[in-house]
Formats: sequence, structure tokens, C-alpha cells
Amino acid sequence: MKDNENKRYKHASIFGPMRHFKYIFKKPVTHPFKIIFTRKNASYLNDNAIIKNKKRLDSAPRTAPDNLRGFHTNDWEVCIGCGTCADICPTDAIRMVERADLKDEAGKLQQRPVIDYGRCCFCALCVDTCTTESLKMSKEYIYASTDPDQFLLMPEKTWQGEKVEQGYVKTEESDLLDLKRIPMEHIEPDERKKSFIEVVRGYSKEYARQEAARCVECGICTSSCPVQMHIPDYIKAIWEDDIEGGLRQIYETNPLPGVCGRVCTHNCETACAIAVRGEAIAIRWLKRYIIDSAPDDMYDKIFAEPVTEVIDAKIAIAGSGPSSLSAAYYLRALGYTVDVFEEKDRPGGVASYGAPQYRIPDYAVEKDINFIKKIGVNIKTNTRVGTDITLDELQKKYDAVFLGTGFFKARMLNIPGADHKDVIGAMDFLPLARDLARGHLKLDEMNVLPSAVVVGGGDVAFDVARNLTRIQIMKYGKANVLLTSLESRDILPASLDEFVEGGEEAVKMELGFGPQEIMIKNGKVKGLKVWKCLSVFDEAGRFNPKFDETQEQVFEADQVYLSIGQAPDYDYIPESMKDKVIIERGKIKANEVGQVAGQEWLFVGGDIFRGPDIITGVADGHRAAQGIDEFLYKKSKKKEQSEYYKELREAIHFNTPVLAMKPKRK
Amino acid sequence: MREMKLFLGPQHPGMHGNASVHMYVDGDIIKRSFLLPGMLHRGFEKGMERHSWMNNISLIPRVCVVEPDINELAFAMGAEKLLGLEVPERAHWIRMIIMELARLSIHLMAYGGIGGPTGNYTLMYHAHADRNEILDIFEQITGMRVYHQYIVIGGVRKDLPKGIEKDIHKFLDSLEARYDEYRDLGIDNPSIIKRIKDTIMLPKEVVWELGVTGIGMRSAVNKPYDIRKVMPYCRYDQVEFEVPYSDYSDARSRIDCKLKEILQSISIIRQCLIKIPEGPVRVPISRGQSMRWVVPKGYVYSAVESSRGEFGYFMVSDGGTNPYRVGVRGASYPQGLLGVEKYMPGTRIDDAPMWIDTMGVCSPEIDR
Ligand code: SF4
Ligand code: SF4
Ligand code: SF4
Repeated sequence: MKDNENKRYKHASIFGPMRHFKYIFKKPVTHPFKIIFTRKNASYLNDNAIIKNKKRLDSAPRTAPDNLRGFHTNDWEVCIGCGTCADICPTDAIRMVERADLKDEAGKLQQRPVIDYGRCCFCALCVDTCTTESLKMSKEYIYASTDPDQFLLMPEKTWQGEKVEQGYVKTEESDLLDLKRIPMEHIEPDERKKSFIEVVRGYSKEYARQEAARCVECGICTSSCPVQMHIPDYIKAIWEDDIEGGLRQIYETNPLPGVCGRVCTHNCETACAIAVRGEAIAIRWLKRYIIDSAPDDMYDKIFAEPVTEVIDAKIAIAGSGPSSLSAAYYLRALGYTVDVFEEKDRPGGVASYGAPQYRIPDYAVEKDINFIKKIGVNIKTNTRVGTDITLDELQKKYDAVFLGTGFFKARMLNIPGADHKDVIGAMDFLPLARDLARGHLKLDEMNVLPSAVVVGGGDVAFDVARNLTRIQIMKYGKANVLLTSLESRDILPASLDEFVEGGEEAVKMELGFGPQEIMIKNGKVKGLKVWKCLSVFDEAGRFNPKFDETQEQVFEADQVYLSIGQAPDYDYIPESMKDKVIIERGKIKANEVGQVAGQEWLFVGGDIFRGPDIITGVADGHRAAQGIDEFLYKKSKKKEQSEYYKELREAIHFNTPVLAMKPKRK
Repeated sequence: MREMKLFLGPQHPGMHGNASVHMYVDGDIIKRSFLLPGMLHRGFEKGMERHSWMNNISLIPRVCVVEPDINELAFAMGAEKLLGLEVPERAHWIRMIIMELARLSIHLMAYGGIGGPTGNYTLMYHAHADRNEILDIFEQITGMRVYHQYIVIGGVRKDLPKGIEKDIHKFLDSLEARYDEYRDLGIDNPSIIKRIKDTIMLPKEVVWELGVTGIGMRSAVNKPYDIRKVMPYCRYDQVEFEVPYSDYSDARSRIDCKLKEILQSISIIRQCLIKIPEGPVRVPISRGQSMRWVVPKGYVYSAVESSRGEFGYFMVSDGGTNPYRVGVRGASYPQGLLGVEKYMPGTRIDDAPMWIDTMGVCSPEIDR
């Protein structure tokens, strides 16, 4: 190869060029115009009279290959309007367009992508990143119009109104999302059963950042959160390793992030865009990560200026649960004087006395509350409204009163034997278990016997069962706890975490049984007689369980714990007011922000108003704070008018939690 | 005679893309000449800084229109080096198939290209018709004919479609069968030999002076210098092929090397199709969704052998989601820009299109 071959061509024949003549008789290799069209394209061009010579349209259509990156199609039923396609588009060709005609559902936004084909380069990154796989490409690749506006197209399931063949689609290989959650480390069941140590260890910085990197910033979760936390923003802050920014974002909408970062019901995760095809972003654990990583002095930066009284009005708050603390926080931030009254010796309500220590340890509750105290909220513990100070007195001394006294009474069963002392209500037991865990009670002060049946299928029932497991092991070296509920596995109200972790901790489960009688012999509880439950709800969807009496069973146990619901205690409402406050099914009636009709100084929130969970309580508190502010701000004589306070006030009102919870995404 | 200014291109059958040569001629001898790459492909390097590592796939192929894949590979390999990322075995082989198909397609185009300035349109049509078959294959594999956007950091976007081997073999067989015909039509055709032999020289000294690589260099310095051999990437060290070279760099000898490379590429693709293992074709570059993928801090140079020579990306990452800076070494920059100015003068007007074609000048990679 190395020789100079040029030398060999010195004497090429002058007739050489003649050899070209044979090509005259060869079949042409050029493609005639008509075969570059698919028939659909050809008729399309025909309709638009773009091609004048109609003979050309008599085409032998060329079929594009399966993989072709042609014009997009988008199945609107599947698309959730997350806008990730628009975010990734390297040519900025996609705009999300509001469509009010779409159903307003949780987990979906009322918008759909519009593609500007004047910009699109058909890279298919939008297809590869689509959270739902609704966006695909077709085999159509010819389109023409004399009107530039006609190149803005909203992809639908069809192309130009017709069903077309599918081209490029996302595959597992080409997927640009990360559908797998970074695993959360849990203390091993055998280890954690022996103490009240926190089960979930929390993310390390590396893991939190990796988990945060999965989020596509669509904000679909936000609209499903009762307080509309700025979820994508704080997740982005984690990814950018900006704990301070994340902390500030969180405190705009949630003053109890340490609590919510552990025990929230996380509606957001159900709605998360990534959950359509994969595992939702661990939003709750990420929030917890920020709080766990924020040093105390970082909290000082949440408010740009120190929080002080700038409005001369005073507010009393009864109870110190989530809704009360939330109301207190916002009212204080607005510049009011806020006094919180708590009957127990610790603030926190359900976070300190209901939820178990292994889920939410005291230090985490304290971290949240310390900040609320730090900005100047006065919390008076061991002060029970109704006895230590009456509601009337509060009304006289304060300009407004907020009630957030919660559901702290256990609901009992009306069956034979239920009045026995070893038949114990969840809300009577859980505060004691919590006190034991924090060392305020001794083990032998706890009336816990070697075996127990827990009745109930909610998270609280699991709290009871798992607390009992621990106490029994501490006391007797082994545990024997059986949980039974009316609901069968498929409709069990408890969260999956509880079900799985409870199972790991060897809580036995017999689901789908209705308690009929507490078996008592010689004054001692022997067990619980149950019937098989056939259905829990009737056709109209009302609670109306049906049993099969022939399938009777006795679950043997020394104690029976009932976790079938909680009830309020309204003893503190004086007789004089009883007829002015309307109570319906245990809840106080009030307007949207929790203001009681006819008693404009009185606001309510949390379980006694809306329920059912902590985060809804936090939302109630926020709304009530706004309601109270509306009520008092105008009346107050002294009020600060600095720019900073105006902005702060605006922000607190701007972040109003939207009430209407939307139906879940199918 | 008075010196006259003459434009060659951009509208000229012998011109490539949107480049043009501004010539000052005296009679039919070029006295001075300048390349104007067209300014249509400006700002790519800057644009890359504004796109995430993954999204750059929409931009980088455009740095060379006819052979876009070299960009994708050089970019991907550079980022992979910074990441310390191990690409799945199958992806390496797929990448090689793509690279060699691309080489075939551009060699065919360039070879057919000599048909324009020489009036030999038969050659041009037939070469383009064969290139078209390659584009059909690309379309099946990647979903696109020209800008494939297929080789990505971590592997390739999708596996080869089922049955594509058959189509590739069929094409390679037919191309191989027509090889002699191609030679006959072009390089062995006396009327063309007259135009390309002993003219448009690219002597050794010029190669060293300008930094010419690829066929231009190989055909002048008598050495098989080829990135695939001297800095093997993908699995080029596991296939057998020869690098054609010669010691007399006139236009004909360059075209001759080009044609011989076609045979080598055919052989490489055939070997790849035998040796390619099963398995995954892409690994994500890190956890998270692609818009949050980051590449560690550092800088890297990665190069591939393009049809025109060493084609490289110098990339700097500041640890972020986008490249901090990318510099592209376009293979035809030395001869295309500097060579036209310095060594085209002295040749004849009708040599200019042949000059551009046989040197392998690609305007976007000069513009960037
Ligand atoms: S194909 Fe690429 S350029 Fe076109 S809309 Fe999708 S992401 Fe944007
Ligand atoms: S990424 Fe998919 S689901 Fe989200 S808006 Fe775009 S098309 Fe719809
Ligand atoms: S957490 Fe999920 S729903 Fe929320 S912004 Fe991120 S991806 Fe979207």
C-alpha cells in the first residue's frame, strides 16, 4: 500500500470515459418525489394546495422505520401536565398551556404541552424524560403550512386528527428519569424492638442529595399538600446543598417541619409525578434532612429582622398541638403577643403525647418548638384551660382566642366486658408509653401484661401495638401482640410503612374481624371474641359492618387495647357558652378560617375543627392566624408599618393554604 | 493582467455546505485566497456551556453536518473520562458500528463530491444513492437520518433494532461489490486522473507546519498515523484493520487512501457485528434525573479519528450540570482555513473545488 500507485496510471486509455455510457441504461438511483411522502402527508399537502402538480401526489408511500422521531403525540388521559418535557427541551420549543377544561385532580396540573415546530429539533429528549410516558413520537414527518402560527401544535393522541403509527417511544434504556428511591436506612427490627430508639435513621448528606436529584421540579406535590409547602424549592435547595435556603423555604409554610418530616401523612408523595411510573420522591424524609442538618443558629436567619410585638393585640391559644403551634407561630410573626396554654408539662400535643417516641423523638419536637418560643411565643405548660384558667377569663384578658385542644379522649366499645380495667383505650395508653420512653414513668408503673390484643386498623392502632411490643419485651423479655381490625388488608387505613414495620417487629395481624365480647374469667381478661367481618361499608358507603356469626373466634390475651377512634373533651367550654357553640359529630362548627359564628373572637383548628392529621392542623393554624389578623389588625391602634413588616404580612397571607383537597389521581 | 476577485461558492456545485473561497486571480491562477466558512455555525462551543451535559446532544452533532457522530462520541468519551464512567461493553461495539457507517457515508459523499467540479455527475448520484442507504440504516437505529443524537454519555440511547444486522450486511455486500465500479468511475477514470494526479499537493512540510492530520497527513508522511491505532478508543484495539497511507500527497493519492478506507471500514463493521456481545447499552451518569446530572471538576481532551483526521473535544467542567467550556478541534481547521490562505494560491481556479473536496473541508467545524 505504501508504494506510490500514481505511477501505474500513467497510460490510461483515452477511451476510458466511454465507460460512463453504460450508466445511461442503468436504473436511476435518485428517488422520485412521490415516494418520499407517506400517503397521509401527501393528502395533507394536497388539502392545503401546497403542491400544485397533483400527479405527484399519487404516491407510493414510504414507511418510516419504527424508531422514527417524527411529530409528537400526547395522550391527554395519561399526561399529568407536569411540564418536565418543557423543562428539558433544549430548544425551548415547549410551552405549557393552561386548559381549564381539564379535570382538577390531585397529582395533575391543568395544563398540557404545546410544541413550536419552528424550534423543535426532534431530539426526543422530551419523550425520554416524560414522567408518564404519555408523550411519544409518530412516524409522521412532513407538515407544511404557509402560516407560521400553524407550527404551534398541541400534541394529542392523534396527529392532525387521525390515528397514526407510533414512532420513537421511551424505553427503559432511554429513560432520563430516576425512578428508584434512595433506600432509607432503618434500625433492624430485632434491635429497635428492645427500646424506643428512632426507627428511621434519616438520610446522610450524600443520599439526600441523590434523592433530591430525582425531583423534576414540577410542583404537582405542592397542590396536594394541605399547607402547600414549597416542595420543589426546598428539594432543589438540598440538591444545591443550601440547607439555609431550604430551611427558609420550609418555614414559609410550615412551622413544624421536624414533626412533619417524620410523621406526616405525605399526600404529596402520593401525588408526586415520579410516582406515576416509579417510586415517589421521599419528600418527607428530605424535609427531615433539612431540619436535622440545620444548626440552631441557622434558625436565626429565617426572619430577616427580629420578631417583636408590633401590633398591640393579645391572643390566647388553648392547647399546644400542631394547629395551636402553627397559629401561634404565624400570629407571632405578624407581631402579636401570643400566649399558649398547655395542660400537660410539655408542649406539642399529639407530637409529644400521641405519636410514639420511636417515630418522633422528643428532641425533634423540641427543635421545632424551641424556634417558636425563640421568636417570642409564651408557652405556659401545666395550665389547663377550663380549670387553671377559664375560657371566660381568656375572653376578657385577650383580644382573640384560638382553641386547638385536639382529640385526646379514647373512644370505647360498647360490648360486654368493655368496662374492665384491662380494656384500655389508645389515648389513655399512648401518653403513658411516651412518658415511659422519656423516663418520666418507671416500667413497673405501666399496666402492661404479657399478651395483648389491639383492636383497630389505623396508624394509631399500630402505634399502640408497636409500643406494647417494646414494653412487653422490656418487661417480660418477649412480646405477644395481636392486632385485629374490621378492615381487611386491602382497605386497611394504616399506612404501608406501619404495616410493614409492624410486621417486621412481629406484631401478629388478624385482619377483617369485628369484636363482639371481651372474655372475662375470674375477674381477668382472657381474650377477645370476634366474628368474621364480611363488609365494613354498606352500598351507600356508610360505615355499617356486616358480620358472619358462624365464623366466631377468640383471640386470647391478658389485655385488650382499643384504638377505634379518638374523641374531644369540651369540658372547658362553660355552660354559658355551650348553646352558642355548635358541635356537630364532635367537631366545632366555624367558617373557613375557623372563626366561630357569632363569636368573632373565637377561632378553632386541628382535630376539633377539621382533622384528621397533623399537617391539616398546621394548615388550620395558618388560616386561623390570618383570620385573627384580619379581625384584629384593623382594630388595633398601634401597628408597625415598616416595609419589612408589610412584606412579611403579605407573604403570610400569600401562602394561604388552599382548602379544597382534590380527588386523587387515578 | 489585472488581478480580479472571484467567489467560489457558497452557491457552486463544487463547494461544500455554506463555505466559500474568496479568490484574487490573475488569469486562471489564484494569487490570494481566503476561506469564508459561512458564519452559519457560529457559537456552538458557547451554546454548549448553556446546555446540560445530556441536553447538549441536541447541539453537538451540528458541529459537523455530514459526520455528526464524531461529535457525539468525542463529547461522550470526554465526559466519561471525567466521570470515570465505565460504558457497557455492547455500547462500545455499537458506537464503532455507528462510527464506521458514518465514515463510509462521508467518504462516499466526498468521493461523489469530486463529481461536481469534474462534471462527473454519474459518480455523484451513485455515491449519494449509496450514502442514502446508510442514512436509511441510521434512521432505523437512531430515528433520524442526519443528526442522530444517539451516542450519549454512558453509552448509546437505545439498543440496535432487531434485524438491523441483516440490513447492514446487505448494504456492505452491495457496496463492496460496487467498489471496483466506483474506482472505475472516478479515480481510475483517465479524464479524472488528469485533474487530480500530480496536482493539489500537500507536502510533508506543510503537514508539519499546519498540523494536518488524517488522510492528508497519512498520504504525505508515509506513516499510518490514525487515532484508532495510536490512542485506541471504543474497541478498535480488538478489531483488525489497516490504515492506508502513501508518500506522495497529491489529490489522487488522498482520494485513493479514502477509497481504501472504505474497504477497511466495511471489514471493521463486519467484525463488530460478529464480536458484539449482548447486554445493556447505557448506564446513567449518576443518580437523579438527567437535568441534575453533574460531571466532576476537571478538564479533559478526547479525540476520535474522523474522516478528516483527529477530531477532538477539550472540555472543562466546574462540577456543574453544564460544561464550563468546550473547545472543538475541527479536523479540517488547519488545511481548511490556514491551508486555503497559504497554499491554495498558485493553483488554478479549476483546482480550487478539488482542493476543498480532497482536503476534506467541513465549514461548521471551522466555524463552531
Ligand atoms: S423533540 Fe427535543 S426539541 Fe422537540 S420538543 Fe421535544 S425536547 Fe424539544
Ligand atoms: S412530561 Fe409528559 S406528563 Fe409531563 S407534561 Fe410533558 S407530556 Fe405531560
Ligand atoms: S417531589 Fe415529585 S411532584 Fe414534587 S416537584 Fe418533585 S417530582 Fe414533582
